[in-house]
Amino acid sequence: MARYILKRILIMLVVLFVVSVVTFSLIHLAPGDPATLLAMARYGVEVTPEQIEWVGREMGFDAPIHAQYFIWLGHVFHGDLGASLRTDQPVLSEIWLRLPATLELVFAAMIIGLIVAIPLGVISATRQHSIIDNATMIGALIGVSMPGFWLALLLILVFSVHLGWLPVCGRGGVEHLILPAITLGVSTAAINMRVMRSSMLEVLRQDYILTARAKGLSQRVITYRHALRNALIPVVTLTGIQFGITIGMAVIIETIFAWEGIGKLLVDSIYARDFTMIQGCVLCISALVVLSNLLVDILYAYLDPQIRYENV
Amino acid sequence: MTLLHAKNLTAHFLTEEGVVKAINKLDLEIREGETLGLIGETGCGKTVLGLSIMRLLPRNVKIEGGILYGGNDLLKLSEETMRGIRGKEIALIPQNPSTSLNPVLKVGGQISEVIELHQGLKRGKAWQKAIELLKSYGLNPSAKGITQYPHQLSRGMKQRVLIAMGIACNPSLIIADEPTKGLDAIVRTQVVESLRELSSEKRAMLLITHDLEVAFALCDRIAVMYAGGIIELAPTASIFNSPGHPYTRGLLNSLPSRELKPIPGFSPSLIDLPQGCKFHPRCGHCIEICRQNYPEMIETEKDHYVRCFLYDKS
Amino acid sequence: MAMVGIAVIFLFILMAIFAPFIAPHDPLEQNIVERLSSPSTEYPFGTDDLGRCVLSRVIYGARISLLIAIAIVGITTAVGTVLGLISGYYGGIIDEVIMRAVDVNIAFPGLVLAIVLASILGPGFLSLVIALSVVGWIGYARVIRGSVLSVKEKEFVEAAKALGVGDWRIMFQHILPNVIAPVMVLAMLTMGFTILIVSGFSFLGLGAQPPTPEWGYMLNEGRSFMRTAPHLMIFPGLAIIMTVLGFNLLGDALRDTMDPRLKRVKIE
Repeated sequence: MARYILKRILIMLVVLFVVSVVTFSLIHLAPGDPATLLAMARYGVEVTPEQIEWVGREMGFDAPIHAQYFIWLGHVFHGDLGASLRTDQPVLSEIWLRLPATLELVFAAMIIGLIVAIPLGVISATRQHSIIDNATMIGALIGVSMPGFWLALLLILVFSVHLGWLPVCGRGGVEHLILPAITLGVSTAAINMRVMRSSMLEVLRQDYILTARAKGLSQRVITYRHALRNALIPVVTLTGIQFGITIGMAVIIETIFAWEGIGKLLVDSIYARDFTMIQGCVLCISALVVLSNLLVDILYAYLDPQIRYENV
Repeated sequence: MTLLHAKNLTAHFLTEEGVVKAINKLDLEIREGETLGLIGETGCGKTVLGLSIMRLLPRNVKIEGGILYGGNDLLKLSEETMRGIRGKEIALIPQNPSTSLNPVLKVGGQISEVIELHQGLKRGKAWQKAIELLKSYGLNPSAKGITQYPHQLSRGMKQRVLIAMGIACNPSLIIADEPTKGLDAIVRTQVVESLRELSSEKRAMLLITHDLEVAFALCDRIAVMYAGGIIELAPTASIFNSPGHPYTRGLLNSLPSRELKPIPGFSPSLIDLPQGCKFHPRCGHCIEICRQNYPEMIETEKDHYVRCFLYDKS
Repeated sequence: MAMVGIAVIFLFILMAIFAPFIAPHDPLEQNIVERLSSPSTEYPFGTDDLGRCVLSRVIYGARISLLIAIAIVGITTAVGTVLGLISGYYGGIIDEVIMRAVDVNIAFPGLVLAIVLASILGPGFLSLVIALSVVGWIGYARVIRGSVLSVKEKEFVEAAKALGVGDWRIMFQHILPNVIAPVMVLAMLTMGFTILIVSGFSFLGLGAQPPTPEWGYMLNEGRSFMRTAPHLMIFPGLAIIMTVLGFNLLGDALRDTMDPRLKRVKIE
């Protein structure tokens, strides 16, 4: 297990490195000269060449690019992500303020995604071709085919506008969390359901299940003690990937629901061409995804005895 | 004394390619305390017979006939009753040790659960019994981190775990499905020894194997199976010294220790079985009646039965 | 089930191709007087806030969504396949490098990156295609590489090598036909996903620009009029769902057919 985790950590470090390089180069990828862009963001469209030069020197754009990278990296390690071009507040503190909101949303969504999907997936597999199975699978198929933001709008339309049960937007108590979390959670649930079902079906076909039946164990024991743990393994792996996708989708959902999280911050920054904030957001979101992937990898190592206790 | 009697048993699988007639009007008795070998080529239906007795066949199978045991027809019992029998009175030692053990559960646990289930012991006691059992098979379950999960065991060890699992609740009939398949010579000898110890107690065993030498070493009687039916049934010595059926003779001749002469032709497809005697297309002694009719079992010597028209005096 | 999927996709493809003939009105034609009207006989899906016929826009939208999706899936499949072939065939360092890239890409929040990339490159479809292609070739590379590894050892490859056939010919003429099948399935399933993502980007304003009738963008427009004119939201949404559903059904059916684990029972 140690070897496995070490390898994952190594990969994570490489990923973080690539992320940092990409993030750093973002501002240089934009059409136009970075100094001009930053100057325009600060002083408005009518910038003078002196202002551009001033910004260029201030940001160190005159240095060779790799030097710039390391300087920037140095700043990052000191917690200095620069200042927002829009509000002039330090990027890191803005992000830090909004981090809990995003975490809340993403966790809620992933929990919904799992709590709904796993039981339904198991039942579908154990009662294959029954009404529950068919209904669940059709539901999952539709869930996977549906654009999340459309569902969001629809739910808002029904529950907020017409029924007035839930607030339209903003962050607050539980009632504010419900709609956005459900919206985000639905597609996760749909995917998980399908994977859980097929994984379970696969496991139930295995020889060791026959052995279990030959011992006279009841169907319930077989399903939950023998089959489930094996079937969950692919689902856990999937959860890791889903974290990344969910956080990506949270960007859109936060925007729709005016949920003050990092996602919304990112989108707002994009509209405002606030490059330093964009950089900071991408860096933080990426770090979040990478970390969560690592955690999932560790969980997976724990669950699969073949990794946990390496072969003698 | 007959322990189990499969009467006129037929098992057909409904698949996309056609109806696979795995077992056809099979008749077989297992006597109390005996070790009965069931030999035959791969694909002749041996495992299906074992699974039929335990009623562990998949849903797409059509079964007819009866399996009489303890005054009941196993085929007519409720699933719940069957569950009470499985593992307790009739136990299976499955094929393929590598895939027949659950990879995520500890080996000790997989044995103790059957003890818990059928003998009503609590978890702790059941575990202890399981560990004793494992120790008696030369496995050391308490060593830290070792021999706890299946993937940490060698193939031979896994096979022994399966054996331990099978006898844990002291069943009156054990069905051992190919217990020596794929094992190298040394391990095979160990497994055969373990099985031999089993059979010396008051316990019947149906030993399904294609390894004639193992059958010779362990069995009291041997049943030869071909294309879903029993074609010869006799005490071990009798089979080896005076095999009656041409197929049996062919099998023995194909042994390395004998002539190493293969039987001509191929085993029949179970979807497309020949008419009459199922062996007739490959039989060197085939006569006209073999092509049309299915022969009955004829007693050629004491307790030695052959299903072949060659011995039909009529 | 596959039949339904194929039928649906076919329908949309027809819609896309024959848009000019089917659409009752010009999708860009504005008619301020009729703005925000509910579905009627003249405007079966109603009109949007500039008086444009929603039905026509939905029909033309099919063109855009399908074209872009095909472009993206096409590029990613091609790139992924080539890289997977190379990686699997040559092995060694090239393989290691490409596989590390794959590992990194999986852990990477690709969606976020694509969003930012698209925004940096400026609005419009080109940046969208570029952004999603950069992120999307991974799955194909992995699948292809796996298949190549198993096919590589087969005799006909050895034979070809012995005959002195060049590496590239071996890869493309001999190995490729044998490994292409799962890629097709993946491509089909990804089509659906791509359409969803593309519409999501347009929804954020990062893809389609006005007045293009792209479904995601139409949803964004409809958002402001949710209370008064919900039909603006509903119809484009349904169009997206149905198209994606069609691809998913087809992809699922394809995958089930290719499932190597047959339903046959082991008879011993």
